[in-house]
Amino acid sequence: MRFGLTEDQGLFGRSLRGFLADRLPLDTLRRLAESGTGFDAELWRGLGELGLHGLLVPEEHGGAGLGMLDAALAAEALGYHAAPAPFAAALVMAVQAFRSAGDAEQQRQWLPRVAAGQARIGLGFAGLAGQTGRAALRLEGGRLSGALDGLMDGGEATHFLAYLADGRAALIEAGAPGVTATLRRSVDRTRALVDLDLAGAAPVALLQSSNDPLAAARRVRDAGRVMLAADTLGAAQNMLDRAVAYANERMQFGRVIGSFQGVKYMCADMATMLEPCRAMVWYAAYAQDAVPEEAAMVASHAKAHLAEVGREVARLATEVHGGMGFTDLLGLHHQFKRITFDRQALGGPERCRHDAAVAQGWIAA
Amino acid sequence: MDLTLTPKHRALRDEVDAFIAAHRDAAPRPGGGRKRPDRKALDWQALLLEHGYFARTIPREYGGFGAPHDVIELAIIADAFSRASISPGIHNQGISMLVPTLLEVGTEEQKRRWIGPTIRGEVIWCQGYSEPGSGSDLAAAQTRAAVEDGHFVINGQKIWTSSAHFADMMFLLCRTEPDKAKHAGLSYLLLPMNAPGIEVRPLRTMTGRAEFNETFFTDVRVPVDQIVMGRGDGWHVANVTLKYERMLLGDPNKLQQRLEAIRRMMEQPGADGARLLDRAEWRDRLLRLQGEVIAARNHNMRLLTETAEGVDSGLGRFIVKYHGTMLAHRLASLALDVMGSTGLLYEPQGEVAEDDPATTWQIDYMYDIGLIIGGGSSNIQKNIIGERGLGLPREPKAAVPAGRN
Ligand SMILES: Cc1cc2nc3c(=O)[nH]c(=O)nc-3n(C[C@H](O)[C@H](O)[C@H](O)COP(=O)(O)OP(=O)(O)OC[C@H]3O[C@@H](n4cnc5c(N)ncnc54)[C@H](O)[C@@H]3O)c2cc1C
Repeated sequence: MRFGLTEDQGLFGRSLRGFLADRLPLDTLRRLAESGTGFDAELWRGLGELGLHGLLVPEEHGGAGLGMLDAALAAEALGYHAAPAPFAAALVMAVQAFRSAGDAEQQRQWLPRVAAGQARIGLGFAGLAGQTGRAALRLEGGRLSGALDGLMDGGEATHFLAYLADGRAALIEAGAPGVTATLRRSVDRTRALVDLDLAGAAPVALLQSSNDPLAAARRVRDAGRVMLAADTLGAAQNMLDRAVAYANERMQFGRVIGSFQGVKYMCADMATMLEPCRAMVWYAAYAQDAVPEEAAMVASHAKAHLAEVGREVARLATEVHGGMGFTDLLGLHHQFKRITFDRQALGGPERCRHDAAVAQGWIAA
Repeated sequence: MDLTLTPKHRALRDEVDAFIAAHRDAAPRPGGGRKRPDRKALDWQALLLEHGYFARTIPREYGGFGAPHDVIELAIIADAFSRASISPGIHNQGISMLVPTLLEVGTEEQKRRWIGPTIRGEVIWCQGYSEPGSGSDLAAAQTRAAVEDGHFVINGQKIWTSSAHFADMMFLLCRTEPDKAKHAGLSYLLLPMNAPGIEVRPLRTMTGRAEFNETFFTDVRVPVDQIVMGRGDGWHVANVTLKYERMLLGDPNKLQQRLEAIRRMMEQPGADGARLLDRAEWRDRLLRLQGEVIAARNHNMRLLTETAEGVDSGLGRFIVKYHGTMLAHRLASLALDVMGSTGLLYEPQGEVAEDDPATTWQIDYMYDIGLIIGGGSSNIQKNIIGERGLGLPREPKAAVPAGRN
C-alpha cells in the first residue's frame, strides 16, 4: 500500500535516462533535429532493445505487458532528453486503441508488429481531442476520404490510425493508393506533425469492436494526454536541473549568480511548481489502469496543469541562463519547444480542463 | 504504486461515511483553529479520537488510537471528511506542531504528560518564537533564561504570539547559553501561561480581531526539567517543530475543503437564475485551481509514503509551505470573486460564535497573507528551497550599516 515507484520502476527510469544521455549528446540531437521528422532509425532500434516498443503490449502478443505508469516514466525520460522518437502515439495510444477497440484477430495481427518495432503508427485524433486543424473524414463503402491534420508520431510512420468523429478508428498504410501524407515540421524539431489527405483509401483494419466507441476513443485520448504531461515533466525537469547547474557556476559581480536571491528565487519557484507535478503524473498514469472512475478527470487535469507549469519553467529556466539561454549553442531550446508542443497537441489546457469538468459531471459534454 | 483498496480499506471508507452521516449534526464548522475550542468542538474531538479518525497512529499510551501507519487509511479518512465538508478535528499549534515534536524528540514522561490532553483539545499551546528583533532571523532570539536553584528564570519579550491570550501552555525558544554561538545558545522550554511574571497584551490584526499578542516575561520561573532535549539543543528542536508547522500550513486537505466549498457556491443559481459553474470563464478558474489541488494532494500522498518508509523527502518537503499557502490564498481569492458584492458584508463574531460564510472567507483571504508571512515567510521558504533543496550557495553576509550593530 504505497504512493510511489517500485524499485524496478526507479531503475527503469534511470537506465532509460542513462541510455538517452549517452545516445543524445547535444551535437547528435542537433543533427537529428534538422530533418524534423521526429525519427531516427538507430535510436529507434536502441529503444527497442530496451523494450520500449512493446512496453504496453501484452506478453501474449510479444510485449512486456507493463502499465501506464511505466509508460509515463518512459515518456518523462524521452522528454528529459528531447528524444526524437515516436512514443506517445505510436507506442502508447496506438496500443491502447487496439486493446480497447480492436477485436481479438486485429490484436493478434497488429500488436506483435508494434512490439517488434515494425509497425510505427502515427495517430490522428484531432477532432476528438480539441486539436485545431482539419478533421473531416468520411467512411463510405469501406473507403476513407477527407482530411485530418496534425497526426502525432507521423514522420516516417508505416501506418496511420485515423479517428473518425464517431470514435471508430481506421488503420491505413502509409503510401497506399489514395493516401497523401504531408510532413509538417513543427517548432519542436524532435516531433513532426503529419497532415493526411485521403481519397478513397482502403483501411487495412477498422477498430470498431467496442460497444461504446466514443468512450473507447476517449480512453486513448486520455492515455495520450498523460504521456504528453509526463513528457513535459521530463523536459521541464531538465530545464530546471540545467538552470540550477548554471546558477552554481556562472560568475557575475564576483559571485556565482545562484547566490543572488533574484536568481535563487527563480529556481525555487520552478522547483515549487514542478515538484508536485511528479506525483500528479504518477497518479494520473496509475489511474488509467487502476482507478477507472477518476481516469478521465486526472488525465485531462495533468495535461492542463503540466502545460501551465511547463510554460513557466520554460521561460524562467531560459532566463536564468541569460543570453546563453537564448542561443542555439546550449540547446536548452529543445526542451523549451518540447513543452511548447506538448501543450497544444491533443488539446490545449482550456480544452483539457473543459474535459475534466465533463468527466466529473459538472457540465454536459 | 499500489493504491488498491483492500476489503479492510473499503470497510473503513464505508464506516467513515456512515459515521459522518450519523453524526454530522454534532460537528462544529470546519476551521476555527484560531479560537479556543468550545464544548461542541471538544465533544466532536472526543468522538473522532474514540473512532480513530483523529490521532489515528499516535500510540494508545499517549492517548491516540494506536493504529499502524497506513497512508491509505489516512487518505480515506481525510477524503471522507473533506468530501462531506465536515470538520476533521482540531488543528492547532499544540496538536499539529508540538505533539509530533514530542513524539520525535520528547522524553517518555513528556509524551505521557502532554500528548493526551493536547490532542483532546483540553490543553491549548502557543508558540513563543518571534521577537521584535528576530522574526525571519529566528536564531537571533534574545529572550534570556538563566538557571537559578533548579529553575530557568526567563526575561524578555515575544511578539506575534498567536493564541497566547487563551493558551494554557507555551513552547518557548530562548537563550540559555549566552556564551555560545548564536544557534548553539538556544533551548526549547515548556511553560504554563499562568506562571507569575507573564503578561500577554493582545494585538489587533488586519482582520479586526486580536489573533496574536505581545508576550512579556519578567522573572518567570520554570523547573529545569521542563525542557525538550538538552540545553543548547533549542535550535534543533525549534526546527523539528517548524518542519511540522510548515506541513500544517501547506495542508492539502484544507485546500480540498475550500475547493469543494467554492464549487458548491458556484453550483447555486445566482439572482439571475444562472450558475457560475455554467460560465466557461468562471469554471476555468475553478478548474485551474482544482488541477493544482490535485497535484498538491498527490504530492502529499507521496510525502506520506516516504515518511512511512523512513525516507527524508528533502526538496519535496521544503516546497510544501510556500506552495500550499499561496494556493490557499488563491482559493480564497476566487471565493471572494464568486461572492461578489454580497461577500463584502463583514461582521466578525469575536471569540465565541461562528462567523457567517462571507465574513469567514474575508478573514481567510486576509489571514492567508498572515500564513504566507508566518512560519517562515515565502522568501525564507525560497531560501530554504534554493539552498537546502537545490544546493545553491547561501547569500554572502552583508556588512551592517554604519551606526547599527
Ligand atoms: C498570522 C501570524 C501568526 C503568527 N503566529 C506566530 C506565533 O504564534 N508565534 C511566533 O513566534 N510567531 C508568530 N508569527 C510571527 C512570524 O513567524 C514572523 O512574522 C515571521 O517569521 C516574519 O518575521 P518578521 O515579522 O519579523 O518579519 P521580517 O523578518 O522583518 O521580514 C520582513 C520581510 O523581509 C523578508 N526577509 C527577511 N529576511 C529575509 C532574507 N534572509 N531573505 C529574503 N527576504 C527576507 C521577509 O520575507 C519579509 O517579507 C506570526 C505571524 C503572523 C503573520
